[in-house]
Amino acid sequence: MGKKMQVSLTVNGEVHEVLAEPRELLIHTLREKLGITGPHIGCETSHCGACTVDMNGRSVKACTVFVAQADGAEITTIEGLGGPDGLHVLQRMFREHHGLQCGYCTPGMITRAHRLLQENPQPTEEEVRFGMAGNLCRCTGYQNIVKAIMAAAAEMNAKEAAE
Amino acid sequence: MNDLTPTREERIANLKGMGTSRKRVEDVRFTQGKGNYVDDIKLQGMLFGDFVRSPYAHARVKSINADAARALPGVVAVLTAADLAPLNLHWMPTLAGDKQMVLADGKVLFQGQEVAFVVATDRYIAADAIELVEVDYEELPVVVDPFAAMEPDAPVLREDLNGIMSGAHGPRRHHNHIFLWETGDKAATEEALGAAEVVAEEMVYYHRTHPCPLETCGCVASMDKVNGKLTVWGTFQAPHVVRTVASLLSGIEEHNIRVVSPDIGGGFGNKVGVYPGYVCSIVASIVTGKPVKWVEDRMDNLMATAFARDYWMKGRISATKEGKITALRCHVTADHGAFDACADPTKFPAGFFHICTGSYDIPVAYVGVDGVYTNKAPGGVAYRCSFRVTEAAYFIERMIEVLAIELGMDAAELRRINFIRKEQFPYQSALGWEYDSGDYHTAWDKALAAVDYKGLREEQAQRIADFKAGRTRKLLGIGLTHFTEIVGAGPVKNCDILGMGMFDSCEIRIHPTGSAIARLGTISQGQGHATTFAQIIASEIGLSADSITVEEGDTDTAPYGLGTYGSRSTPVAGAATALCGRKIRAKAQMIAAWLLEVHEGDLEWDVDRFQVKGAPERFKTMKEIAYAAYNQAIPGIEPGLEAVSYYDPPNMTYPFGAYIAVMEIDVDTGEHEVRQFYALDDCGTRINPMVIEGQVHGGATEGYAIAMGQEIAYDEIGNVKTGTLMDFFLPTAWETPHYTTDHTETPSPHHPIGAKGVGESPNVGSVPAFSNAVHDAFRAFGLRQSHMPHDHWRIWKIARDLGLHG
Repeated sequence: MGKKMQVSLTVNGEVHEVLAEPRELLIHTLREKLGITGPHIGCETSHCGACTVDMNGRSVKACTVFVAQADGAEITTIEGLGGPDGLHVLQRMFREHHGLQCGYCTPGMITRAHRLLQENPQPTEEEVRFGMAGNLCRCTGYQNIVKAIMAAAAEMNAKEAAE
Repeated sequence: MNDLTPTREERIANLKGMGTSRKRVEDVRFTQGKGNYVDDIKLQGMLFGDFVRSPYAHARVKSINADAARALPGVVAVLTAADLAPLNLHWMPTLAGDKQMVLADGKVLFQGQEVAFVVATDRYIAADAIELVEVDYEELPVVVDPFAAMEPDAPVLREDLNGIMSGAHGPRRHHNHIFLWETGDKAATEEALGAAEVVAEEMVYYHRTHPCPLETCGCVASMDKVNGKLTVWGTFQAPHVVRTVASLLSGIEEHNIRVVSPDIGGGFGNKVGVYPGYVCSIVASIVTGKPVKWVEDRMDNLMATAFARDYWMKGRISATKEGKITALRCHVTADHGAFDACADPTKFPAGFFHICTGSYDIPVAYVGVDGVYTNKAPGGVAYRCSFRVTEAAYFIERMIEVLAIELGMDAAELRRINFIRKEQFPYQSALGWEYDSGDYHTAWDKALAAVDYKGLREEQAQRIADFKAGRTRKLLGIGLTHFTEIVGAGPVKNCDILGMGMFDSCEIRIHPTGSAIARLGTISQGQGHATTFAQIIASEIGLSADSITVEEGDTDTAPYGLGTYGSRSTPVAGAATALCGRKIRAKAQMIAAWLLEVHEGDLEWDVDRFQVKGAPERFKTMKEIAYAAYNQAIPGIEPGLEAVSYYDPPNMTYPFGAYIAVMEIDVDTGEHEVRQFYALDDCGTRINPMVIEGQVHGGATEGYAIAMGQEIAYDEIGNVKTGTLMDFFLPTAWETPHYTTDHTETPSPHHPIGAKGVGESPNVGSVPAFSNAVHDAFRAFGLRQSHMPHDHWRIWKIARDLGLHG
């Protein structure tokens, strides 16, 4: 057990001060200390992406980030994606296109898709499949996830063009 | 009537009943991260449990010293077998009639076996404490090969069974033997095989793998010592069975145990069994008086809970020169690991493997299955299939291909001439099943036409010519499968788990304002029950699915049922749901008759109402009837509107399908590309086509993983070589194929709504389709059989062994 550190991080716009051992993983801070249980734990080796959150504008696997590394960081989780108008278009499209079944991968999947569409607002299907390859789903076979993300991109682009 | 009166079509649409692709009600929560999975549960004062696990596959445990662990601040308890023995909980019964160590009792029998249970205030402290538990092991010889396990001088694995030469399924003929299970007519089969014009023989191995749901197994046990009530939340595919087992083991009366399955992050068979973690958490909660959470990590999950398959299937099939099959024999050596913890109905130690005559009219057959102990993890669960059905389907679909080679015939044609014909249903199989319905020829022709089978074979012939001429290094494989499943276990007369009949249940309560709650004995793990069961009810009682809440998984509120696995939810609980809806409707008819002042027989049901025959303008909607049930004093009729149904199915259901995989294979690298995957499913009546299609995509992807790379592999001293997702193959979006889905619809004649179940068909059907594609690519070069998984290295080896590397 190491000496505890004071860590300050902003999660979904809210500033949190936490006291944590240097070895504490970000996913445990989020889930156990802050009660943010959207991101899940699936593998502990960075493969499955159930724990994906957005940290300073990049997708990270919160199960392999020490909370100490997140000191001063801006973090967005699935809980922070919806706006005052309700669900994020990705959340709506995952439902519309049946892009989820058990729901366990879904928070990480949508959080990653959200970042992907900022990195590449008009992806091809191949680019979506490649860009989502860090997130595993055991239920859907991905086909409808890809469809949902393509549909979300189309809607986001149409909205932008209209503005 | 005015313009606002909905038309009949609008009334039907408003129900969102059976046959509509209703969007899922679950998704609103899940897409916002508001699911409630077991690891999300946080109780006041909750402790965390974790296991000390064996690094050895076979060793004597000479001593365990937990003093240093107990001295670590934050550690509340360390349990060993010695602590559980006074409670008689150091061993527990398995679902297969064997027993299993909860914590190592004198020896360990597989790597990753539970040795001690540490309970601490924090999961990090529990992990630290594990490192402080000193276990002194004496290594013993390891047996990982089931054939070696049956050698006369093989090490004795189960010393607890020494001298006991009879098990739950009959005599044991060797110290590592579990059972021999046989069915069919052995003598007649041998005679037919002996007299046959053409015989093909092959060993078909379906390797050991793992369901690996994204959420691992876990629970939170909380013993309330004040009111004597134990509550256990957990990843249970069968919560009622867990409650019954917990009561039998602990002596706590069943009404004082509440088992709750919250949202479950995928199950696929992994979450049917009862694991040491559950027992230890319950004991720890009783001992400490605090809630105790135990959640596996991925290594624990892959190493210790519930492997699947591991069947060595030696087959012999015979036919006439024209290709008409005359007999089938199969002997299976089934590697069950250290304890027989298969989750099969009690009377079926090899599950429903005897569906292995498949879709074919085979006059005589025999199956014998030898269960064997080895130094591997226990399990043998039905990984997204009905019990051992995917092994059976893989076996017969490989044997058909091998027979086609022997006959020099096209494998599609060989299937066609042997299919059970439509007019033969209900069909009695040589191994004792009564297939309820099917139309295989129609499905097959539709599938072959959809992929332009003739064109594909021409392309393949050209490809082979090009390859031989040095113009390409890629081969083309066409993988065919026509599978028949057996799901919906099952009739109570021959299906039970630990003595509990495999019926299922539904209870529906209509609220006064015309909405409803339904509770079932099943539990969704992603199948979307809250969406689809509401659709069945909507169609039966005429209230919109949007006004019906479906609740499962809480044993304090749900009627008793045997849970969700083996594609049994729709065939069994779905039937209970429909019949329960009909009970509601029967009472509603009496109420409507009173309200309309007519005789019950003068009423007819129409979509959402009872109307007077010949005078449809005189009607009462179900909504109006519901209100009347609560606010009118109706002579001879009790107030309220609710019902419960328990359904004991008269037979299994037999979904079937035709799957075709087209694969490009690089001879020099062993890499493959699935160019096309066509899946035609016939699951009888379709409740929600969107959900069905999603099930097919997901199951086919699991099948793709199994066929093309996924395995639980051991080295010769029993080390698990695939214990993390670094080694255990789960396909990403990048390599997963694109699927085309299709269907025919042959309703089950004995099911109230004709539905057969679909969740597992794609796993059962896709594995042989992918594997047959690999084999088919090399058929012209002399390949008969090569074991899965067909990863790049193994495919490369096939090419090398056939001399294709020049």
